[in-house]
Amino acid sequence: MYKYNEFDEAFVRERVRQFRTQVERRIDGSLTEEEFRPLRLMNGLYLQLHAYMLRVAIPYGTLNPDQMRQLAMIAERWDRGYGHFTTRQNIQFNWPRLKDVPDILDALADVGMHAIQTSGNCVRNVTADHFAAAAADEIADPRPVAELLREWSTDHPEFQFLPRKFKIAITGSPNDRAVTRAHDIGLRMVRNEAGEPGFEVLVGGGLGRTPMLAQVIRDFLPKADLLPYIEAILGAYNLKGRRDNKYKARIKITVFENGLDAFKADVEERFARLRSQWTGADQEILAEIEAQFAPPAFRNAPVDAYEAFRAGNGVFRAWTDVNLHPHKVDGYAIVSISLKKHGATPGDATADQMRVMADLAERYGHGELRISHEQNVILPHVHKSDLPAVWAALREAELATANIGLVSDIIACPGMDYCALATARSIPIAQQIATRFEELKVEHEVGPLKIKISGCINACGHHHVGHIGILGLDRAGVENYQVTLGGDGTETAAIGEKMGPGFPAEEIVGAVERLVLGYLEVRRDAEETFLEAFRRLGPEPFKGFLYGTEETADAA
Amino acid sequence: MSRRFTPKVVSANHLIEGDAVWLTEDDRWTRDIAQAELIEDEAVAQLRLLFAKSQPAVVVGPDLVDAVKGADGGPVPTHFREAFRTHGPTNYLHGKRAEGLTPRGKIPGNETLSNV
Repeated sequence: MYKYNEFDEAFVRERVRQFRTQVERRIDGSLTEEEFRPLRLMNGLYLQLHAYMLRVAIPYGTLNPDQMRQLAMIAERWDRGYGHFTTRQNIQFNWPRLKDVPDILDALADVGMHAIQTSGNCVRNVTADHFAAAAADEIADPRPVAELLREWSTDHPEFQFLPRKFKIAITGSPNDRAVTRAHDIGLRMVRNEAGEPGFEVLVGGGLGRTPMLAQVIRDFLPKADLLPYIEAILGAYNLKGRRDNKYKARIKITVFENGLDAFKADVEERFARLRSQWTGADQEILAEIEAQFAPPAFRNAPVDAYEAFRAGNGVFRAWTDVNLHPHKVDGYAIVSISLKKHGATPGDATADQMRVMADLAERYGHGELRISHEQNVILPHVHKSDLPAVWAALREAELATANIGLVSDIIACPGMDYCALATARSIPIAQQIATRFEELKVEHEVGPLKIKISGCINACGHHHVGHIGILGLDRAGVENYQVTLGGDGTETAAIGEKMGPGFPAEEIVGAVERLVLGYLEVRRDAEETFLEAFRRLGPEPFKGFLYGTEETADAA
Repeated sequence: MSRRFTPKVVSANHLIEGDAVWLTEDDRWTRDIAQAELIEDEAVAQLRLLFAKSQPAVVVGPDLVDAVKGADGGPVPTHFREAFRTHGPTNYLHGKRAEGLTPRGKIPGNETLSNV
């Protein structure tokens, strides 16, 4: 894993020192809020409904055990004993006091972390496949490139005042777990016909009030051309992006209004000019970074005891069926730890749970943890013989819920419970849906189904790419929930289709239940997922279930 | 004819804690909206807001928020967003309720909390 070099360390410490004096000047009245606001946002500090909120970057979703323990310490010492993992691989603390924030930032710097560029109109935390360097289907580890992008974009003088925020995601696998098509720039690591490594570059994706899927701007970009090409895209956007209207300022609108061809022509012209200025120093740095991401010393051990334990323990078997993914090394598994216990707040972990996960990563996981955009924690490298012990420890910490990818593995933004922008709550809807499906005992029968809930049109909860998307709105002073269906955030990405009128809070859980039970009736067989059934049948039967107008098979 | 003025309270977030505070008649900032000044005159509301804005080292983002007079005489916010600010989040007992304060206004799904 990447360790800060002297430059990183000095830069982050200097930024904390600057922010400490800015906070002092804000508190003693020398800075107005208007002057202070952009400074705090540059350092990830928001002011929400009930308190400040500090958003800390977890670059490309990767943490080591000491970092996770430090997050636990921060949660206990300066917050309310928990943290909230987000859809952009950040962690948010919901209750810091302004005067404590510089100390929190110093504590983060102690373990090579920061909150820089987690807000504001700049390049945000670069996200990556949470199964990076572990997934059996992977071409290459995307994280060294993500780290290169982090270093390049941090305090980049040209891109500190972009028209709007800018999000980059990268995957090294053809199975897109990083939602690349919903990002301003999506990068997919590919190889050309000669076998050389490079990127498929996508541009202009985004959710929010105008959801759009990113389009391919370059189907093969040689690896060494990455930074000049990204710089060309950002340069074109920086000039062409609209600054007159916040709602039209994202690159998706720039690409849409200019057309992909015209935008691409601008990018390519800039790239041609810029390319020669890059003489290879970036590739030397990348090589140094890559060396730090060398794979751990995987071991070779029998898995008989695991198989025997699995055969004899149904609860363990159910957990292994849904919470494990294939690892590229024989005998290993990728473990997803669900932060979605039925009825709990999606994405929240207590300080104690963070320490349990850190200890497990240290003891059984080659010292690695990942945060997924689906608000779960991953132990990417666990030998199967250790799984019974890992599972037992997770169970004690209430972290062994067997629901990854199922109905109750819901993405939910903080919503009106915390967020100043929210128009309705998200968390209680997620809690109620999960609790209801736990009562019905059908989620394993239902199989893969992604429900994603946003508490406002900004779509932090990714509702547009949920198989079932739920958007909470304020309709005449009352919470109202609009449903979209058929969204998909993977390599087969799609924006969900809006159904009819929304539902009040007390009816939305029932509506989702009708939808899911209705799907069970119409699916071709147990292998056909909700999304596949929706794609085969179209929205009509699902609308019928949703609004209670569809006759059941018995009645027909 | 001009529309009837909806009564207001001046609300903000505290600079250090970031929590919701309201302006009282005697120029203090209270964490309990029940003690806030309910302003029934538009011109007075504007003056009180100006007064609040003159304290940038105490509060952040002062604004006028719709409220009505509750059964106990104290202000009750009319919109659920403002009710949340008197209540704290609904997923944990943190914030205002944890501090022993009584929420005011309608939290959807928890109508018993209404003090109107």
